[in-house]
Amino acid sequence: MTSNNKTSTINVGRWVTWGLFALVLAVAPLVFTSGLGLTVLSQMGIAIIACLSYNMLLGQGGMLSFGHAVYTGLGAFLAIHALNAVSSGALPLPVSAIPLVGGLAGMGFAALLGYVTTRKAGTTFAMITMGMGELVFAMSLMIPEFFGGEGGVSGNRVIGKAFLGITYGPPIQVYYLIAVYTFIAVVLMFAFTRTPLGRMLNAVRDNPERVEFVGYNTQRVRYTAFIIAGFFAGISGGLGALNFEIVTAEVVHAARSGAYLLFTFLGGATFFFGPIIGAILMVLAFVLFSEFTKAWLLYLGLIFLFMVMYAPGGFASLIMMNLRVAAFGKLRQLWSSYLALAVTGLVALVGAAAMVEMTYHLQLSSSEGPDIQFMGVTLNTTGLNNWLGAAAILAVGLVLFEIARRRFAREWEEIQAFIEKKMNPEDAQ
Amino acid sequence: MTTTDTFALELKDLRKSFGKTEIIRGVNLAVKHGERVAIIGPNGAGKSTLFNLISGRFGASSGDVLLNGTVINGMKPFEINRLGLSRSFQITNIFPKLSVFENLRCSVLWSLGYKYSFFKFLANLHDANARANELLKMVNLEKKHDVLAVNLTYAEQRALEIGITIGGGANVILLDEPTAGMSKSETTRFIALIKQVTEGKTLLTVEHDMGVVFGLADKIAVVVYGEVIAFDTPDAVRANPKVQEAYLGSAVADAQAEGH
Repeated sequence: MTSNNKTSTINVGRWVTWGLFALVLAVAPLVFTSGLGLTVLSQMGIAIIACLSYNMLLGQGGMLSFGHAVYTGLGAFLAIHALNAVSSGALPLPVSAIPLVGGLAGMGFAALLGYVTTRKAGTTFAMITMGMGELVFAMSLMIPEFFGGEGGVSGNRVIGKAFLGITYGPPIQVYYLIAVYTFIAVVLMFAFTRTPLGRMLNAVRDNPERVEFVGYNTQRVRYTAFIIAGFFAGISGGLGALNFEIVTAEVVHAARSGAYLLFTFLGGATFFFGPIIGAILMVLAFVLFSEFTKAWLLYLGLIFLFMVMYAPGGFASLIMMNLRVAAFGKLRQLWSSYLALAVTGLVALVGAAAMVEMTYHLQLSSSEGPDIQFMGVTLNTTGLNNWLGAAAILAVGLVLFEIARRRFAREWEEIQAFIEKKMNPEDAQ
Repeated sequence: MTTTDTFALELKDLRKSFGKTEIIRGVNLAVKHGERVAIIGPNGAGKSTLFNLISGRFGASSGDVLLNGTVINGMKPFEINRLGLSRSFQITNIFPKLSVFENLRCSVLWSLGYKYSFFKFLANLHDANARANELLKMVNLEKKHDVLAVNLTYAEQRALEIGITIGGGANVILLDEPTAGMSKSETTRFIALIKQVTEGKTLLTVEHDMGVVFGLADKIAVVVYGEVIAFDTPDAVRANPKVQEAYLGSAVADAQAEGH
């Protein structure tokens, strides 16, 4: 009977979670009503599908792909060509179904190219995917008929008769199309993790050799999962094509593949919802953060380094670990440490950022005069005392941060030991 | 599959070379259905290599391996496994980041016909879940249902390894030093477990503990320098002067001193 109760509470929790997710998708554009807000939200939906499909490979299958943009990108190209075919009347298809064309294209190319890449695992797999990425990007320059050369391929999504007033002219209508696709894709990808193939994919990630000795062909497991991931990647690409109404060769570029890898990792590859966080961060970084400072890629690199070193499970694992601490009523103990970490980290960051901004100014825009505005202060990029000041702030910040970090690490260890003891009373005699 | 006129497992002049070195030098062995065979021999005699050849981990240089009369050499490990041969490993070989239950469920999915399915939910596979729970009980890990395999003790991981090995219901089971690294009392308990879970199956096991070998096996195969120099009942092997000379000598005396 207890197990029955357990499953029913889990089910209720699941309905609530999915309900909230749908609600957020539905309500978000009512909260962020500006044009920029809607742009960002649309791109987030697209990125969420892309990062989750990437994590099917990385987090669930242990496949470190350096070429995932091949499948989102080729999906986008096929989708925009399909859109143009619909415009010219050659293809009788509703605009709402265009992303599916992208999905089928991503799936088809994954079936074709993945047949080669998924033969191997580990480093070899990573190398081959990188080669595939370069190959496809090189092709994009060689075949302008398909890839549109430097200008790319553009299309027009406002075609055909309006169905129930939906023309996809206003961005809000496109947003809701993206939202519906995002919701369904996320549900399906989550469901995939609960299927026999999804579980065997985890087993292949953990120990491919053992999998061969319980009757499964590891290559076939990887290949099938790769094709499914390609399908969702293509959907994401197809939505992107509808959203921007233009597709250029950069969508298959290695930089795009790198971004999927980086942000999926930042969000957290070990939890299903991690890449969702990663995708949101990706759009914020590309659309908003890049407006603040020219040095945004450098900051991004620093954050990535920091995460790899201190929190390899990404933001998702940070959240889950703190939730566990909170569940055992120990989160309050950590408040002061977190505050100390934040303040000292901020001090170090201010020092570092001042130096970075001054360097960028000297290198890129010194013709505009020596002064820059930084956090409401005028800094003279040629004055030695400004540099010394920034360096001093950075040094003091770093020393204090390290002190705070050690204290935090000690407290963290104690709390983890306490939790372990509580969870396994019979083991800790 | 089980016919009386074929052997469960048959090796015919099996050979394996690594470079110029011949490790397995013409092994012949015929194991009947339901027989328990212990393979003993000094370190480096080629016992593990023999297991790797049978299970498809390595390809043989020449000779044949027959499972229930079917030639299986040249097949991939998963193909051999599907024909009803399963093995464990000398170095623990499990799925570390999956729970104990998931480890066992992974081992039963193929044999129950779920293949590469992604249109069914694991939670609804009643036969697979029942079988995994049954295995969980058999290897005494019920309390560790949700524990990640990596967090088990060494002995528990060895038990899990046995569970994964028998999960698919294979009729021929190969266990490579199942009790390696265990204490004396753990070994005794573990051998009882192995006997119980391989009831009615054909069993081949590599084992170092002589007391265990004579207690567990119907037949003993002695491998020395890549050849089977004796294959007989424990008593006959013990009495075999060739075996005593080549290898057993002191080990048998030790076992007899302990009351075997």
